[in-house]
Formats: sequence, structure tokens, C-alpha cells
Amino acid sequence: MHAAVVVFPGSNCDRDLAVAFKAAGMKVSMVWHKDTDIPQGVDIIGVPGGFSFGDYLRCGAIAANSPICQSVAAHAARGGYVLGICNGFQVLTETGLLPGALLRNAGLKYICKTVGLRVATQDSAFTQGYGLNDLINIPIAHHDGNYFADDDTIARLQGEDRVAFTYEANPNGARADIAGVLSDNRRVLGMMPHPERAADAGHGGTDGQALFRALTETLATA
Amino acid sequence: MKARVQVMLKNGVLDPQGEAIRHALGALGFDGVEGVRQGKVIELDLAEGATNQDVTDMCEKLLANTVIESYTIEALDEGAA
Repeated sequence: MHAAVVVFPGSNCDRDLAVAFKAAGMKVSMVWHKDTDIPQGVDIIGVPGGFSFGDYLRCGAIAANSPICQSVAAHAARGGYVLGICNGFQVLTETGLLPGALLRNAGLKYICKTVGLRVATQDSAFTQGYGLNDLINIPIAHHDGNYFADDDTIARLQGEDRVAFTYEANPNGARADIAGVLSDNRRVLGMMPHPERAADAGHGGTDGQALFRALTETLATA
Repeated sequence: MKARVQVMLKNGVLDPQGEAIRHALGALGFDGVEGVRQGKVIELDLAEGATNQDVTDMCEKLLANTVIESYTIEALDEGAA
């Protein structure tokens, strides 16, 4: 199992994500945003949190147009797995790999705290390690995490069981309490909360571990 | 050619920043402000031969996220195609 973590100028969760992938048993390659190719044999690409390109213009917008993102899109189009966390989720919506967009938090404040999430589907490589409706505690740290999509898109996501996680107490105004969504082939997950920050006992919580372990198991049998 | 692109959140998309401005105006005693929307203005200094279509492409590809934003383009000087 081989993971690649994309690094943009301003990414700051790239190494944390690499540590979480490694702890789950994966080999990890770091890929700079100016690279055009993903290393051969990569099963999953992680798009990490941070402030890519300073969040200029819109969060994730500049990163979404960097050379490496075309390779990320090609990897996804081939049926490859992609995990976008926080700024990575914003990048994936900006590239169009996931529907919707992330708006400024409804309360306008940057929020950094651990929140309760409901596991809204088990039907993905990312979420199969949890029980349906399990309540897990995962940190959030964002200013623009207010998930928005039009009514039809929200209905489609819900109808197709593509909402991965919902907030137990909505911190940011996200529509339908959505914290994370899956692509239509269920192999691309974008989420605002940081499972890689709850993947080691030293973090103060380990509820994120199951995501990385389940992913490794799926990739090992793929 | 110079062009000015105005990007606004679409109607129906909550604008928390505009709402905060509205509250602040009310707190300053400016009564009767019923709504505030905040957007951004991007001015482009373009080489000869650039067309409105070029600017539209820029808006669609990068300057606006049409999931949540709408844009208008204004040519700022003569010679705009």
C-alpha cells in the first residue's frame, strides 16, 4: 500500500498525514505541487490541511490549478483513492472532484476544537472501520468549513448515501450538518475535521485511527 | 485593455461577512440598512488583443467559483473587444 501526500506552499498538515498513513502500515511519498506525476504504484493520494498559497483568492483555488492537481484528477478518474482533509477538502471541491464549496464559517470565527462527528455511512473504504451512527471525536481547525451545495446536490448526496460524516453540534453553519462527503464512486473523501490529529494516543484521542486502518485493509485486498 | 471583474456570492448563498457588516452598521447608529452583501473586485491589466471572452474564461476557470459565486465583467477603457 502506497500513499502520496501532496505538499503545497502553505500546507501544514502534510507531515501529520504522512505519519498517520505510515502508522496504518503504508509506504508514503511526499509530492511537491510543481511535480506533474504521482509516483508509480500509488494507491491513495492525500491532500493535506493548511493554507495552500495563503488561501489567496479563495481557499484551495490556486492549489486546484497547480500542475499536480491534474495528476490527482487523473488518478481519481482511474478509480484511485483520494483523501482531502480541511484545506485538502477545499482543494477537492475547487477541482470539481467533489461537489459543493466551503464558505466562511457562519460565526465568522476560526474554530479550533475537538467536535463530535456521526459516521453517516459505512459504505466506503474510509468509513467501514466504524459502526453506522458511531459518535467519534475529531478535531476541527478551520475558518472556511461551512459546507454549501444547492438543494438538488444536498438531496443527491443524501439519496446516494454519500455524506460520510455529520457534525453532532454544527460548528460552522454547514448545510445538513455535513462534515465530509464522498465522490460518486465512493473513492474520494473530503472532510473538514482532521482524523490525522486523532491517530495517536499522544494526540489525546485515537478516533481517527480506524479511518486509516480501514483504508489500508481495503488497499491491501484490492 | 483593462477589465474589472466583480465577484459576488450568489443570491441564496448566506454571506456571513455581509451580515456582520450590517450588524456593525446598525451598532453605529446607521438605521435602515436592510441587507449587506460583500464581494470582491479584481482589476486586470491585459495585453493588446485580449477579449471579453478571455476574461470570461478566466472567471470560469479561476476568478470565481460558480458553485457559490457570480461575476460581472466591465471593460475599463476603449479598445475592449
